This record gives sequence, C-alpha cells and structure tokens, in this order.
Amino acid sequence: MTAVLTDPNRPAQAPAFQKISTARQIKNRLATVLTGLTFLVAVIPLVWLLYTVISNGYEALLNGDWWFKSLKGVLPEQFTGGVYHALYGSIVQALVCALIAVPIGILTAIYLVEYGNNGRFARITTFMVDILSGVPSIVAALFVFALWVTTFGLETSAFAVSLALVLLMLPVVVRSTEEMLRLVPDELREASYALGVPKWKTIVKIVLPTALSGIVTGVMLATARVMGETAPVLVLVGYSRSINFDVFDGNMASLPLLIYNELLNPEPAGQLRVWGAALTLILLIMFFNLVATVISRFSAIKTK
Amino acid sequence: MAKRFDIKDLNIYYGKFHAVSSVNLAVPPRNVTAFIGPSGCGKSTVLRSLNRMHEVAPGARVEGKVLLDGEDIYASTVDPVEVRRTIGMVFQRPNPFPTMSIRDNVVAGLKLAGVKNKKKLDEVAERSLRGANLWNEVKDRLDRPGGGLSGGQQQRLCIARAIAVQPDVLLMDEPCSALDPISTLAIEDLITELKKDFTIVIVTHNMQQAARVSDQTAFFNLLGVGQPGQLIEVDDTEKIFSNPSQKATEDYISGRFG
Repeated sequence: MTAVLTDPNRPAQAPAFQKISTARQIKNRLATVLTGLTFLVAVIPLVWLLYTVISNGYEALLNGDWWFKSLKGVLPEQFTGGVYHALYGSIVQALVCALIAVPIGILTAIYLVEYGNNGRFARITTFMVDILSGVPSIVAALFVFALWVTTFGLETSAFAVSLALVLLMLPVVVRSTEEMLRLVPDELREASYALGVPKWKTIVKIVLPTALSGIVTGVMLATARVMGETAPVLVLVGYSRSINFDVFDGNMASLPLLIYNELLNPEPAGQLRVWGAALTLILLIMFFNLVATVISRFSAIKTK
Repeated sequence: MAKRFDIKDLNIYYGKFHAVSSVNLAVPPRNVTAFIGPSGCGKSTVLRSLNRMHEVAPGARVEGKVLLDGEDIYASTVDPVEVRRTIGMVFQRPNPFPTMSIRDNVVAGLKLAGVKNKKKLDEVAERSLRGANLWNEVKDRLDRPGGGLSGGQQQRLCIARAIAVQPDVLLMDEPCSALDPISTLAIEDLITELKKDFTIVIVTHNMQQAARVSDQTAFFNLLGVGQPGQLIEVDDTEKIFSNPSQKATEDYISGRFG
C-alpha cells in the first residue's frame, strides 16, 4: 500500500484545460494556408501588371519632354514628344464631369436620406440610381451620342465625353454620399433641432460637415474611376496629336485615346508611348487616390 | 424667463398607434417635474411632445393642447422651430457636435441662428459653461473638440449648449442614464441650480433621482400590451414617495410592481 502524498491545497486531478486537439490544429493550419494562398492569387496579377507596365514604360517617362510636350509634328518612329495633351484632356474631362455630377449626386443623396422618408419617389430614385450604376460605359457613350450628335445636331467634343462620364459617375457619388449621410447619428440632428435650428440649416451646418470626410473620399475615388473610362472617348471625341484647350470644340486627346491610337503604330517608339501612357494613367489615378486619402485625413473628425 | 406648462387632454399617436392617452398636467415655473414609470409607458413621448420633437418621427401627431404660459404650442400658426428655440432639450446620450470645438458647441444655437459678434459669443460661452458647472474644467481647452471630453463632461456640455440659447423651459430625457454616479451627482446639483432660472421637466428611471431633484412627480403606467400609456398620478414628490393615492404608484415605487 503506497500512500500517495497529495498537497491538500492542490488535490491530484486531471487538469481542467486540455491541449488543443489535433483536428483543430490541422483545421487552423489549413485555414491559415488557404487565406495566405488566396491573398497571393489576388496579389500576383497586380504585381505582375505593375511590373510589366513599369518595366516597359518607365523609359518614356524619363524623357524630359514627356510631361510638357504634345505629339504635334512627331513622326511615328521618333522617340520624342510627350503626353501633355492627353494628360490635359484626361484631367479636364474628368473635372468637368465632376463639376456636373458632384452637385447633382450630393443633392440627390440629401434628398434620399433627409427628405425621402423612404417614400414612393425616394424608392423610385434609388431604383433608377441602381439601374444607372449597371449601365455599361459604351451604352452611356452611345446614349450621349444619340442625344448630343444625332438629336441636337451638335459636334462631338470633350464636353460630350464629360456628359457620358456624368452618367457613369453619378450613381457612384449618390451611393457613397448616401451611405455617409446615413452614418451621421440621428442624435446630432435632434440636438440641432432642439436648439431651434431649422432643418435645412441642420443639414448644411451639422450633417454635411460631419459626413464631409467620407463624401470627399467618395467623390475623389469616383473621379479617379472615370478617368480611365475608354468607351466615351472612343465614341464622342476625335483624337488629336496636338494640344486643344477648348472643351466645347474640336478633337481632344486623353490617355486612353492616346494608348488606343498608338497601338496602331507598329514602330518601337509607338510601343514605348503605349506603355508610357499606361503608366502615366496609373500614376494619375494613384495620385487622385492619394489626394483623397490626404483630404479625408485632414477633414476627419478630431477628438483630441 | 421661466414659463409654466399646462397640458390639457393630450393624446399622442404614431400613425395608427395610440401611444399616450389623455394626459392632464400642470408644470409650474421654476420647478422640477419628474416623469417616472416603467419602460414604454410613454413618458419620453410626452416629454418630446412638449417641444414638438416627436414630430421628427414620421406619422407622429397629437390631439389636445400644450399651453406655454397660455399659448398653445400646437396652434396652426406656430412654427415648431420657434417652439424648440423656447423649449430646450437635453438627451439621454450626450451628443455634442463632433465637428465643433467645445466653445462652438456651446454657442452652436446662437451661431446657427446668425449671431456673429465674437465678443458676445465668448460671453455667452463662458456664462453657459459656468451655468453648467463646466467652466473650470474646460476653460483652457475651449478650442479642443467637444468629443474629447468624458461622458459626464459631454453631458454638461450639452446642458450648457441647451441653456446658451436662453430657453424658457428645459426638458431632460434621462440625462444621467449613461453616466457614472459622480457625474450623475454633478448633473443633479446642476439641476437644482438651474431651477432658479428655468422650468425643468425630467424623465428618469431612477426613483431616488426623482426623489432627490424634483418638486413634483408624475407617474406614468401602461395598462397592458398595445394599450396607450397613461398618466396615473401627479403630486408633490414628497407625497408621491411617502403616501401616493394610487395603488399602482405605491407598487411601482416600493418595487412591488407587476
């Protein structure tokens, strides 16, 4: 008979906590590997794309004329000239579009959130916005062509491109602004009403400033998005190798249009310009996204 | 500038739902009236109908009269914005404007009404913050965002904001329910101070609080699920808590409810 000595404070018994079971360890390992793999699958094309564009196009950007000269008088086989005219076109067409789409979009979102009360008209508006966001860009371009050129008999121009871009940008602005406005707590609206502030002033002075950071981000991202649209520029404006500052008249280049035209150029110089312009477009959109981040950080609500 | 309320046969509806039925109540000036009762009995609804805040909800309407010094705030000629300017409100959860500094929060009502004189705004900010017992804690950081204060400080900031527009009446909807006991004590002391200048109506779930701060207590109850809330009894606070005339009131107060 062997007396087992046990400490009365620590009775001998099985530990309450058990080791992680093998099955769970395997599941855990499996899930970790799986998520890692999907991440890689998502990242590989992105890195590959960036590598291809940068390695093929960076030389074009090193040329000092790239940012400040157009292709006016440049022969297809010459390694000179730049994309100044197309850069101008891309930025201006997007800005004109934003100038029209942003006020309409924000006002629509304000109507939906503050005045619509989820009534019949508000629901119809939301439905229409949903449909508009599903419209392919080529359809938007053809619609503007039918309206602007065929019906009104006006010339194709950069402005017509902007109009088509408005159709593509509007639903994005409405949706993102609507979401931001809904995030503003009703308590703030009530606090403002309780001070004897009328509804419109509450919206302008309390609700919009509170949601400003998110609205600005949404608008900038939407602007960056329409910059890369190709269908409207193919349908609604002619290509020009020189600078045209006039939005309402004449042909105007833009980066997607320049890429498309230089694709038809079999010379090595043309190839370089295609990759260069592609890289420039990526940089331009990245720049807009960066600006959006900076602006939203500056207009973000501070608590300290 | 404190004014008296006379509530006459007030019925409140949300769409088809009859929320509160025939409330008759007089609120004397420079006096604290507490509304107590179980959840869902309509005391907050009655409170919100006193400055037409409940109209924010779609489909809300009232029948009956709410007289402020004899003037019906529901008369067809009366602008609800004007009513809310006269009758201020403090909410359950502190809700300072997140985009504004402490000072701008306090003077928000005046600023949004178009007052631009900086000296006057500074004066009002200081007077209101002193009135809300917050001045000493924030005087060195008036330009900081209001959201950086503690919960109790934020609630006092909201009270300062409400009294900055110099209302005649202050409505408080469970102003301490989100606060710790120390902050609650600060707010209760403040209510006792404020009653010198304002008529105060406060909704509270805390019966000790009602007993501590109010002069008059109104007990609301619900007769059954789906039935409208009702005002059961209103009397001096002392009487309600020592010798109520209704059995339901006594049951509720002594914790034998239901």
